[in-house]
Amino acid sequence: MLNGARKRLIMVRESIVMALDNIRSNRVRSFLTLLGIMIGVMAVITLITTVSGVSGTLSSSFSSMGVGTLTVSVTGSDLKSGVTPEDLEVISNLDSVDGVVPSVSLNGRVSYGNNVQSGIAVSGRNSYYFILNQDMIVQGRPLNYIDDNNSSYVCVISQEIVDKFFLGKNPIGETLYISGLPFTIVGRYQEDSGGGVASIFSGSPAVLIPYTTAMQVNNSNDINSFTVYLKEGMDSSAAQEEIESTMDVLFDYEEDCFTVSSMESIEDTMNTMTTMLSSLLAGIASIALLVGGIGIMNMMLTTVTERTGEIGLKKALGAIPGQIQIQFLLESFLLSMIGGLLGVAFGLLLSFTLCQVLGTSFVLNIGAIVLGVGFSAAVGIVFGWAPARKASRLNPIDALRAV
Amino acid sequence: MQDIDKVYPLAGENVHALKNVSLTMEEGEYLSVLGPSGSGKSTLMNIIGCLDIPTSGEYMLRGREVEDMDEQELAELRNREIGFIFQNSQLLPRLTARRNVELPLIYSGVKPKERRERAEKMLERVGLKDRMDHLPTQLSGGQQQRVAIARALVGNPSILLADEPTGALDQKTGAQIMQLFQELNEEKRTVIMITHDLKIASNARRVVHIIDGEITEGGLHDA
Repeated sequence: MLNGARKRLIMVRESIVMALDNIRSNRVRSFLTLLGIMIGVMAVITLITTVSGVSGTLSSSFSSMGVGTLTVSVTGSDLKSGVTPEDLEVISNLDSVDGVVPSVSLNGRVSYGNNVQSGIAVSGRNSYYFILNQDMIVQGRPLNYIDDNNSSYVCVISQEIVDKFFLGKNPIGETLYISGLPFTIVGRYQEDSGGGVASIFSGSPAVLIPYTTAMQVNNSNDINSFTVYLKEGMDSSAAQEEIESTMDVLFDYEEDCFTVSSMESIEDTMNTMTTMLSSLLAGIASIALLVGGIGIMNMMLTTVTERTGEIGLKKALGAIPGQIQIQFLLESFLLSMIGGLLGVAFGLLLSFTLCQVLGTSFVLNIGAIVLGVGFSAAVGIVFGWAPARKASRLNPIDALRAV
Repeated sequence: MQDIDKVYPLAGENVHALKNVSLTMEEGEYLSVLGPSGSGKSTLMNIIGCLDIPTSGEYMLRGREVEDMDEQELAELRNREIGFIFQNSQLLPRLTARRNVELPLIYSGVKPKERRERAEKMLERVGLKDRMDHLPTQLSGGQQQRVAIARALVGNPSILLADEPTGALDQKTGAQIMQLFQELNEEKRTVIMITHDLKIASNARRVVHIIDGEITEGGLHDA
């Protein structure tokens, strides 16, 4: 006569109504309890979304800057402490290579008139660098191959130098002293707003001079860092092998003289790091969820004790143990879910704000939302189980007497 | 028609709450169990109401053996066969009168629409037609007890089991409740009333006395 499934459905629906009713009637306590879950879920969502936003921005700037380039840093051996301009020539003549940009840094004092500033990054580059970055010169001229060949004492300067030395003046044609040597300013450049890969690692140089001149100032014939630009469509790992074998010949097969790294490999490392970071943070945040779950269990146990009379009455009226259990389980489940959904909402809001502040792109991370909601549902069921079972096992006679 | 037979010697640990109690009831009877507190009348009520099972002995309710049932079967039996009325009405404070009356029907799986209709009909029967959407706290003691009676009746049980139904009421309201029981009995419902008050007990057609777990028949005639 009674269809079991339908009966259960009716029962579940009634239980939801009753559970919501009970949650509502204990507003303050319910709120404080679900606050624990809410904060936990909020933390998980915020951390995952923000970290993935930051790493997304990082890797997109990597790939925009780093495609088709390899960075070589040279430590050298006892016999040969760096590469020479001639070695660079060899590398730039390789089949896969379009060109090479050396980077020779000076960390000198820079002065103009009585104005002396130390700690300004000065870097020696070649003309090929300016051919690659044609838009960077906003005033005057770039450094060219004649400057390279003659080791001219000329420089191009950044906005930073203009601000420090030439406020309100035209710097072109002025003489800037670098490490005590006079350089004629021939141009002014604007840094790429994206910062560029080089700037991520070394900070962008404020003054660029011909690399040959930089080596003269350093009084050495060594180049310890250069970037290789590959021809279009070249496979970077094949090119990397080619460069490595060439370098091996140059360094007479000595070990550990240089490293060749591609942007792809750096990006991979970066991605691994951010993934690790975000799972670590999510792990920490789930401790908050655990604590929230214990809060729910505590509240449910209190509720069961408080409502002993109600449980007894319902049993007397014919509620079977399973029905009582479902009612209490649903109550903790719903409580936890409300907390979870609020947590998702606030978490998204918070991470959106954070992404705006950090200037990274906000990407809706479905995985994080599913994780947050799923976790809170699980918490509700797991931590509601014991109290619900306790309620269902109460003896109706004792329970009725408790009123 | 099936009769209700019960025989139970009950030994709860060392305390014999009920000793060799035998009682037979016919359907449509109006019985009251009269006894002072501690006499075992609550224990008897729990067993009649299928809240508890006897330690030994047999209890047949409408041809069904009760003593071997598990908790779930007992719950279903209570739901179908017993209408409880407690001393302090035991309404759920957050539910309206109608929702309180609907409660037993929820557990028997009656559909919402039918449930509502039946609850309303029952509340009408006990004279609370215009109080259906009131919360228990908005009702007087007598009205609350009427809601409890409506709740007991709504599942159409074979037995109405009342434990000190007028205990918390003043005399005049108590008398009204007694009047209601009288009417219900006249509608051929079985009524069992547990009380310590001789005056209340004497409303029933038949009175049994229970003292120290033992029963003596004290057959009163019409009240």
